This record gives sequence, C-alpha cells and structure tokens, in this order.
Amino acid sequence: MAALTRIEERQEANRRLGLKLLWLVGGSILFAVSLVPLYDVFCTGTGLNGKTQNTAAQSVTEVDENRWVKIEFTSSVMPGLSWNFHPQQNSIMVRPGKIETVLFEARNMTNQVVAGQAVPSVSPGSANNYLKKIECFCFVRQELQPGETKLMPLRFYVSPDLPEKVEAITLSYAFFSAVKKAEQGERAAF
Amino acid sequence: MSYASTAGHDEHHDHPTGILRWLTTTNHKDIGTMYLIFSLIMFMVGGLMILAVRVELFQPGMQLMQPDFYNQLIGVHALVMIFAALMPAATGFANWMLPLQLGAPDMALPRLNNWGFWLLPPAAILLTLPFTLALFGIGDGAIATGWTFYAPLSVQGGIGVDFAIFAVHILGISSVMGSINVIVTIFNMRAPGMTLMKMPMFAWGWLITAFLLIATIPVLAGAVTMLLTDRHFGTHFFNAAGGGDPILFQHLFWFFGHPEVYILLLPVWGFMPQILQTFARKPMYGYKAQVYSFWGIGVLSVVVWAHHFFTVGMPVPALIYFMFSTMAISVPLAVLFFCWIATMWRGSMTFETPMLFAVGWIILFGIGGLTGLVLADVAADAQYHHTYFVVAHFHYTLFAGGIMGIMAGVYYWLPKMTGHMYNENLGKLHFWLTAISFNLTFIPQFFLGLAGMPRRIPDYALQFADFNAVSTVAALVLGLSQLLFIYNIVSCARGGKKATDRVWEGSDGLEWTLPSPPPYHSFSVQPVIK
Repeated sequence: MAALTRIEERQEANRRLGLKLLWLVGGSILFAVSLVPLYDVFCTGTGLNGKTQNTAAQSVTEVDENRWVKIEFTSSVMPGLSWNFHPQQNSIMVRPGKIETVLFEARNMTNQVVAGQAVPSVSPGSANNYLKKIECFCFVRQELQPGETKLMPLRFYVSPDLPEKVEAITLSYAFFSAVKKAEQGERAAF
Repeated sequence: MSYASTAGHDEHHDHPTGILRWLTTTNHKDIGTMYLIFSLIMFMVGGLMILAVRVELFQPGMQLMQPDFYNQLIGVHALVMIFAALMPAATGFANWMLPLQLGAPDMALPRLNNWGFWLLPPAAILLTLPFTLALFGIGDGAIATGWTFYAPLSVQGGIGVDFAIFAVHILGISSVMGSINVIVTIFNMRAPGMTLMKMPMFAWGWLITAFLLIATIPVLAGAVTMLLTDRHFGTHFFNAAGGGDPILFQHLFWFFGHPEVYILLLPVWGFMPQILQTFARKPMYGYKAQVYSFWGIGVLSVVVWAHHFFTVGMPVPALIYFMFSTMAISVPLAVLFFCWIATMWRGSMTFETPMLFAVGWIILFGIGGLTGLVLADVAADAQYHHTYFVVAHFHYTLFAGGIMGIMAGVYYWLPKMTGHMYNENLGKLHFWLTAISFNLTFIPQFFLGLAGMPRRIPDYALQFADFNAVSTVAALVLGLSQLLFIYNIVSCARGGKKATDRVWEGSDGLEWTLPSPPPYHSFSVQPVIK
C-alpha cells in the first residue's frame, strides 16, 4: 500500500514538472513570434540589411561644398509585374546636404490597371541612415492605367554626416506587384 | 515484429496482443522498438530517394526525371532523413535505454510517450503523399524547395509545400513531447543515489538535446506557420512588397536549423564514450569535461545560426561575429574529441562491430568537423557556399557523425534488446562496406565543390562527370550495404546465440545488470547507487 502511494506521488510530481516545461514551450513560441517585430526594429534601427526608413525626412540647409558623393541607381521589376521601370540617370554626383531630384520612368505593358509597390534597398548598409528621402514614389503604391507611362520623382539629399570613407552609394528599387489577385494568377503560371 | 515475442516472453501481465498492443502500449521498450523500426524504414525510404538522385547525376544531361521531380527528391530526402530517420532513432534509444540506465521502471509520462510515437507515421505520410497524389494528377508533387523552405520560392510552391508545413508541425509536436518526457524522466526518475553528475553520458547528451528542442522547434513551427499564412491568408512576413523580408525567413529557419545539428548529434556523443570505454576496458576519460562541453556546445549552438547564409549580404561586423562564434564551437568539440581518444588510450582494445563503428565514427566525424571550420571562414565560404563541398561536409557530420553513430549504438545494444548475439562477421562486413563506400561517395564531392559544382542542380558541366560517376557507383554500394544491416537486425531478433546479461566483457552501467532481453517491466524496485 505504501509502495502504491509512492508511485502515485511520483506520477503527480512527473505531471507537475511536465506542465512546468509546457511554460518553457510557450515561452519559445512567444519568442518566435516576437522575433518578427524585433527583426524589423533591429534592421531599420541599425540600417543593417539595407532597410531604409520609408518616411519623408526633413531638409537641411547646410551643404558641404568640399565633397562629391556618387549616387548610383539600379532598378528591377519582380516576376508578376509586367512593367518597364528604370531611372532616367544611372548615376549622379551630389554635394552632401544638397537636395536632388531624380526621375524614374515606369510603363505598364499590359492592358489592365496594375498597382505596384517599390521596395528600396541601400548599399553599403552603413550608408543607409545618411540617405534622406524627402519625397519618394516608394512611399505609396503606384497605380498605372493600361499602357500608361509615368514619371515618378525621387527627392533626396545625402546627410553631410556621411562617413568620409563612403564615396559611392547604390540605391536600388525593386518593383513588386501590389495586387493580391494578380499575384495569385501569376503563381498559377509558375 | 518477431522481436515482440522475445520481448514479452517472461512477463505475465494482461495487455492487448497483436496490433492493439502496439497501438495502445505505454511500455518504454515497446515504444522504443517502434521508434527504431520506424526510423529504419524511413532511413530506407530516404535512401531510395537519394539513390534516384545519384543515378540521375551519374552522367551529365537529363536522363531519368524532370528537374522539378529532382528538386522534390532532394528536399524530401533531407526532411525524411532528419526528421523521420535520425531523430526517431535517437528517441528510440532514449526510450529503450534511459529508463534502464537510470534505474527507472519506465519513462515518466508513458501516455505522452505513446502519443509522441503515433504522431510520426501520419507526418511521414504527409511528407510523401504528394508524390502519390501527383501520379493521380492532384497537385504538382512534393515540396520542391529543398528542406530549407526558403521564401519566396516556398511561397510560390505548389501543394507539396503545404503538406510539408503540416508534417513539420506534427513532427515538431512529437519532438517537443518526447523532450518533455526525457527531461522529466531524467530529473524525477533517477535511481536513489544517482546524482546528475553520476548519470550516464547518454542521459546528459539527451538532456541537452531535449532543452535545445524545446527552445528551437517552436521557432521552426512559427516560421513555417508564417509561411502558411503568407501563402494563403494574405500576410507579408516574407514578401518585400508588403513590407516583409525574405531574409527574415532564413534567420528564423536557421535559428532552429543550426541547433538541430547538435540535437541530432548530442545523443550520439552521449553513448559513444560508453561504447569506447566498453571495448577499451577502462573508465571513460574526462566525464566532467565532457558534461561541461555538452553545455558549452548547447549554449553556443543557438547564437551562431547566420553562418548558414554568409553570402546573403550581411554587414561586416555581423559576418565577423558569426564567424568567430562558430569557430568557438570547435573548442568544446575538441575537448570531446580528446576525451574520446584518451578513453581508448592504452586500453585493452578489441574491435567488435560497435567498436569498429565507434572508431570509424571518430575519424569520419572529425573530417566533418574540420571541413566545417573551413566553411565557417567568411572569406572561404564565398567560394564554397552552395556547392557540393557543403553537401560533402554535412554528410560527414550527419551520415558519419549521426547515422554511423546510431549504427554503433544498434550493434552495441542489439544483444541487450533482443537477447541474441548478432552475426559478428556480417556486422564487420557491413562496417567496412559502409565506411569505404561512404568515403568514395563523398570525398569526390569535396573536390566537385572546390571545382565549383553547385548543389541542388540536376544537370552539370562536363568536367564534373568523372567524380560524379564515382560518387554514384559508391552511393549505390552504400545503399545496398544497408540490406546487410537490416538482415543482421532481423535475424538477430529472430534467434541466434544467447546473449549474456553483461553482453560485452567490459560493459558498465545499470542496463547490463538486467537479463538479456530485459523483462517487460524492469526496475519496479529501483536500485540504489552508492
């Protein structure tokens, strides 16, 4: 009889420890979910991964007249979007602090209304926080009528605080299809 | 299943017989046997898949299959081998041997144990079913992204991706339940007097594995769930157009994926010193050092994940951090290697099959570890990334370090589990065939990788033809050799020379104090350890 109680006691202890370990599992799940916002905060905060702050910056007045920085533009259109998309200049030389405007040209090759979203990336990543956009077509999604060609402006300046060793910055834009239905139709075509 | 009759021959309790016994059993030996048999079956299934791949690669050009089917085979091969062969084998040993080694009557949570096993067959079916469905024109086959599920490819993939996602969910639940069971068993069920630092190494290895599983499996489950919602419910976790990031998926996946390597290997590192000390006939060297190394590796393994995608475009400080933290793992790992070698040093060694596998394992796993150091070097990795060098490297760690380690364990404990000795000559033949053909399969792949042959591509340039031909022939020998393994196990389960209680002259540990095979219920009264 005494032996039986001992076994029951042990079963109870096992059950309790098992349930405690479930908290650990719950903690891991919570950790996994929180990694998504943490990753975003980390990347935009530090500029790692080329993620830019996709909001309009304030302009400054002070211009560094002693320095040239080369800004290169690259563009790509992701599968699922039948657009032509390219910058009007491949690169420009800028004075840090001076506001520049570059035009990007997009043309809808289809006979349907199509919306797209441009996603920017900056390389090198360490220059990320010094490239300030005042106005950008990437802030909102763009909608093109069938066959429409649109000139889209990018207004930006390079912060004068840009580290000396950075002489060239590449700003790349990838245009994604922004319409859910179009994306699904595209997937079937894969 | 003939083994069932021998396991139960000397017990007199009423439990269901036939298939119901196996469906409803909560006995750790029954469940352990089921895990091991399941693992062996899936090992052959995964092996057949990769043999088809190797035959396709025998010559340049496309001979046998469409590229899409090739992609399905490599991905499902990896998922099957990792989740349905290696992990269940380790869990099978945990079920069989942990209670015997700890002097416990059973695992701590027997019903959870039963559930944990019976989740596996449905998961295996989910993984492989899309192949069959495609034959009937439903869907476009199994997951074709490789085992890593990388977005955005997996977001665009067919029905096979959904099947694989649910399979991973189920396998994950099973692993987490198994881990909880192992931790509770180790903490609560040890024989009186057995302190944590007197535990057998195998228990230590499994304890760290269990904690790693609990910490990382939910992250994998979370990542594939996000993939699922991206695919079907309009979220954009990994879609850059919607503000997500495909690189995030790689971080989430490898946060699980790198510890997974140690999850697979730690149980093997646990029982290997026990095999070495048995056949060297002297006590294990550096017990404490090994335990601390286990902890060191367990902790380091969760902070080094990004070395799997150095070429993705990380900033230099991150590259340097991940390079050095990865290389730091070689310090505790080297401690383990020295302990294993020192355990054999000046011992009275004999080379029965388990010892052959153990010594071969040290050498081959050593090669796997050293080539890993090469890959950890950021500058070199740019050259080796996504080539056959990586394929060869991880097969040295996971086939030699994992599967051949498991084979050592099978030969070591098979006489204890079945009560019969296996055929020693066949076992030795199996070892030599496996070791030689394994090396002939994968050494050419190191050179292919150095020469720049990319992995996961069904066709290749002409200059790679000779090495690929050698690799394919050797892989076929390697696959066929495993039939010897199965034959040896089955005939050992059916009969043969009676095994003694201690089986091996130099064996040490509680499991060897029981008869071979142990009775259905063992250690109902726990032994006292002094």
